[in-house]
Amino acid sequence: MALVEIRNVQKSFGALKVLHDVSLSIEEGEIVTIIGRSGSGKSTLLRCINALEEIDGGEILIEGQKVYGKMPNLKELRQRVGIVFQSFNLFPHLKVERNITLAPTLTGRASKKDARELALSCLAKVGLEEKVDSYPEQLSGGQQQRVAIARCLAMSPHLMLFDEVTSALDPELVGEVLKVMEDMARQGMTMVLVTHEMGFARDVATKIVFMHQGRVWEEGPPSELFANPKTPELRAFIGSTRQT
Amino acid sequence: MRQFSMIDLVALTTALQYTVLLVVLALAFGSPLALFLALLRTTQSTILRLFTAFVLQLVQGIPLLALLMFFYFGLPVFLGVQIPPLVAVTVAFTIYTAVFLGEIWRGGIEAVKQTQWEAAASLGISRWQQFRYVIAPQAMKIALPATVGFLVQLIKGTSLAAVVGFVELTRAGQLASAATFQPLLIYSVVAAIYFAICFPLTLWSRKLEAVLNGSR
Ligand SMILES: Nc1ncnc2c1ncn2[C@@H]1O[C@H](COP(=O)(O)OP(=O)(O)OP(=O)(O)O)[C@@H](O)[C@H]1O
Ligand SMILES: [Mg+2]
Repeated sequence: MALVEIRNVQKSFGALKVLHDVSLSIEEGEIVTIIGRSGSGKSTLLRCINALEEIDGGEILIEGQKVYGKMPNLKELRQRVGIVFQSFNLFPHLKVERNITLAPTLTGRASKKDARELALSCLAKVGLEEKVDSYPEQLSGGQQQRVAIARCLAMSPHLMLFDEVTSALDPELVGEVLKVMEDMARQGMTMVLVTHEMGFARDVATKIVFMHQGRVWEEGPPSELFANPKTPELRAFIGSTRQT
Repeated sequence: MRQFSMIDLVALTTALQYTVLLVVLALAFGSPLALFLALLRTTQSTILRLFTAFVLQLVQGIPLLALLMFFYFGLPVFLGVQIPPLVAVTVAFTIYTAVFLGEIWRGGIEAVKQTQWEAAASLGISRWQQFRYVIAPQAMKIALPATVGFLVQLIKGTSLAAVVGFVELTRAGQLASAATFQPLLIYSVVAAIYFAICFPLTLWSRKLEAVLNGSR
């Protein structure tokens, strides 16, 4: 059974249909990279997976369990599915340590006593142990994003979602965040990421999904997809990313 | 007729205690209600949100003086029992506090970015925990200067309780001035007392504003 099963999902915002019949299956340990033009529905699809958006049709199953906005164990589901946002969204009033340990302590996953240790071990995975007592505003964008990743890791998720997590960063800070993600991939984390970093997609992804007009237009392993795009839309998209 | 003396000063001080009592009661009953209203105004349920907005608009349109008169003079006619002044006044000030603080706190809650709710929700904590640990502390910082500003309004506003015969600071001043025929002196003393309480609060609120603007 696939870790995530997305079947014929539809989603509209008012009159605007953003996802038309999206189906996608994600196996444990896969690194799925979603690419596509702005407005093609990439973020929306990602947000549907942890029910930040409610779907209008079709179904999404995670570890066999149907996902929907009012599901009784929504909290428990979200503890298994981490999401990292483009804008970091750290809690500005809390130190890095508390940012990381807030949810684990509130959900009974870690005791107050073990909290600091948990924070340090998660920070070690993103190479930021020395920032445990800093406030988010005292960190660079790249560091903030790594803390956001550590905050997710503290919940020991089975699946991580990344929505253009390097897009808000200065170019020289992109590398440090991508490196953390590569490490996670190497350690077997199942990841779904939306990115404009084509090099990263090519090197790390096990599967590329090209979305166009709210549909999965093409999918396949990166070697195949980038070398032989079947549709003119993907060909045009690859062409446009080369120029930039 | 007699001179302004220790007796009047004692009377004013006693009355000041009632002013403080009114403020404390208004805050004690009004602020939990205010929090409740602020939460209703920012809930995900559209019906609740609109209903609360409607009720708040209605109550906000009523002058405080009218509210006081209603509970002291109006309601007893309807109920057929006399309501003690302290009760009538407390109810009126509680409603006043709940409505205004509720709006101030709603503003604070709404000023916290929606993405903070999302980030907290996606960590799998409950809606209440999201509010309690992530939204409320940030909203409180934002709303603190306005809250202190309201407190000053409330302290001055308690003088309206005089119209229903409640002897707080302003009413005590009135009585003392009637007895001594020294209104200028007495009201100056009364004003000085209000000033001595409110001015530090205003200063504090300004300082908070400056501090909060300068940091996170
Ligand atoms: N909450 C919303 N309300 C209304 N429309 C929305 C909302 N969220 C997204 N949309 C619309 O849905 C469409 C798809 O948005 P989405 O964010 O999924 O695209 P995307 O592929 O992630 O684009 P980008 O590369 O720019 O991030 C867009 O037209 C967007 O304007
Ligand atoms: Mg997007």
